[in-house]
Amino acid sequence: MRLVETGNHVVAHAVRLARVEVVSAYPITPQTQVVEKISRFIEEEGFECEYIPVESEHSAMAAMIAAAAAGVRAFSATSAHGLVYMYELLHWAAGSRLPMVMANVNRALGPGWNIWCDQQDTMSARDTGWIQIYCSTHQEILDTVIQAYRVSEDPSVFLPVMVCYDAFTMSHTYMQVDLPDQEAVDRFLPPFRSPWRMDPRFPLTHGSVIYPQDYEETRFSIYRAHEAAKEVIRRAAEEYRDLVGGYHGDLVETYFMEEAEHAVVAVGSLALEARVAAEELRRAGHPCGVVRIRTYRPFPSEELRRLLGKMRTVVVLDRAVSFGLGGILASEVRATLGGEGPRPVSVIAGLGGRDVPYTLIAERTEAAIKGQAMEEEWPTLALSDRHRVSKEALRALGEVSEA
Amino acid sequence: MRIKDLPDEELLLPGNAACQGCPSSIALRLALKALGRNTLMTVVASCTSVLQSPFPASALGVPLLNMAFATAGASGSGLAAAVERLVRKGVYAERPTVLVWAGDGGTYDIGIQALSGAAERNADFIYVCYNNEAYSNTGTQRSGATPYAAWTTNTVSGKREWRKDMAQIMVAHGIPYVATASLAYPIDLYEKFLRAKEIRGTRYIEVLAPCPPGWKFPSGHTIKVARLAVQTGMWLLYEHREGTTSYTAGTQRLIQGKARRLPVEEYLKVQGRFRHLFHPERDEGRIAEIQRRVDRVFETLEFTYRMREHIMDIEMLPPR
Repeated sequence: MRLVETGNHVVAHAVRLARVEVVSAYPITPQTQVVEKISRFIEEEGFECEYIPVESEHSAMAAMIAAAAAGVRAFSATSAHGLVYMYELLHWAAGSRLPMVMANVNRALGPGWNIWCDQQDTMSARDTGWIQIYCSTHQEILDTVIQAYRVSEDPSVFLPVMVCYDAFTMSHTYMQVDLPDQEAVDRFLPPFRSPWRMDPRFPLTHGSVIYPQDYEETRFSIYRAHEAAKEVIRRAAEEYRDLVGGYHGDLVETYFMEEAEHAVVAVGSLALEARVAAEELRRAGHPCGVVRIRTYRPFPSEELRRLLGKMRTVVVLDRAVSFGLGGILASEVRATLGGEGPRPVSVIAGLGGRDVPYTLIAERTEAAIKGQAMEEEWPTLALSDRHRVSKEALRALGEVSEA
Repeated sequence: MRIKDLPDEELLLPGNAACQGCPSSIALRLALKALGRNTLMTVVASCTSVLQSPFPASALGVPLLNMAFATAGASGSGLAAAVERLVRKGVYAERPTVLVWAGDGGTYDIGIQALSGAAERNADFIYVCYNNEAYSNTGTQRSGATPYAAWTTNTVSGKREWRKDMAQIMVAHGIPYVATASLAYPIDLYEKFLRAKEIRGTRYIEVLAPCPPGWKFPSGHTIKVARLAVQTGMWLLYEHREGTTSYTAGTQRLIQGKARRLPVEEYLKVQGRFRHLFHPERDEGRIAEIQRRVDRVFETLEFTYRMREHIMDIEMLPPR
């Protein structure tokens, strides 16, 4: 069935198709429509699911962990402040090795109150043990939520999965989406599987005091599960294409990378802008491609080394900052390449929903191609020399404020 | 019912990691005897995280999910929602009881939001607060349940504030069952769990848990201290159902005048945490203040009891 829907409503459709049994969520702009739609499905359309309208995100994640532990497929959705409020339990969920899926609408963190797009929220939670997949179209959101359960419940993975998409540019815009048949989804996604569950016939104790000699083993097992997840994500994407339809890449998706000499690396909707910018640069005679990182955790290091190692220029777009290092993604791409290929240029832009036009991406990428870019750029910053915020300029700003 | 009639089955096994004379292990043992094997249990950070024994051993005969400190109400909600689904799917022939177990820190303080939310949603679980009146697991720091004038490691001259009344906060939530219990009245405690088990929705039971190392009394005196708390009126035993509070066991006897209420200092002086009220000299002011509070509570309770008896006498008069 073909629909024209918001990104948020598409998530609700995916949750229903995945036959989720418990939803536990707290409303937050711009995620609110997800829970509104799910509760409508339950109250008005006979969707068989328990919806727990918890009093906070911390409780949302706790209830979801407990529901999964009791043996049902669980879902939550949040954004920004909600995500960081549940931070403690993000670790608890992954450490419990319980399969579950959560959607996160990428939004800025206050103060000041800013409800617009920014990826600082999820990228700050990158090391919680969750798998993170970022989407760039509504169809991809739908397909990824369903695939996420398949990945999460794979016996070699058994980890929670976060499906991320951008505030407003994706959460509230309408796009055309093909809704797959329930039978096709059921063929792709078997009933809930979990490594353990609470059962009075086999009383297990989970999460008790654990001494150093055992704790490290559990951490390593999570590390290994992330490594295994890379292949599981690839396989899930391919099987989904065959059984349900729709393919959006696996760990990464590439545009025009076959004969590219320059690459822009980006995540989420920014990657679509980058694609338009790359088209423009190609018309201007610069063979430029785009690498969209879809799976951010586990980090696609092999793919990036293979794709970027031979480039002449690499520009990394970030809607998130790692203080002292540049953009979060840029610092990771640099670390992954480890001196192989060019030194990636870190372009930090569009924080808190600031507009990042494709023309700006094209302009800064062209500057990088010509060797005229700084190591770190903040091209959307509202300063007199907006495209040239060097470290010297930042230092000068500091001196002004001290004086 | 008598002690010897309690079920023989032990769902909290001996040899666990509890301290000598640990009140929470006694409460848990009795609670599980009442609830039986068909129980899903969650515990948040507390002494019970430790006394269950470290990985890979476990002293529990029911499935147990350890959860983060502030989550008791929410974790119980998640288990209850999953149980509802699983019962509808036919996974469980008989609906398991969800038991949420937390200390006073996890209930009065860091966990009150999640508990209040769950109670307002009438989540289907039995919530137990075993109240040892301090953060005993981290070495006895004050909590919202620590009584006035009690020593803790961060109230060394005695707590300056009065404790909050969590059970009454739960009564104010309008949930179907609220009860308080004492280890010194095990049949009363056991029967409260049996009654709670038959009710659906949020049920809250608070057990006073005298903690030998935290309250500073010999580990053989747990039950004696628990009994003195009731006999002096420092701890009230009651249950609240459908808008009505009924006082039970020792508290009922005090209100009805069938037992004499002991002075609070009988309770205070057996505990090292109140030692500064008696040594090096008696702190008459603070002892009297504690006594006055208890007296005021009992004046109201006794008056209400007498009024009720009086009204019943009038109702039972033969019609003219």
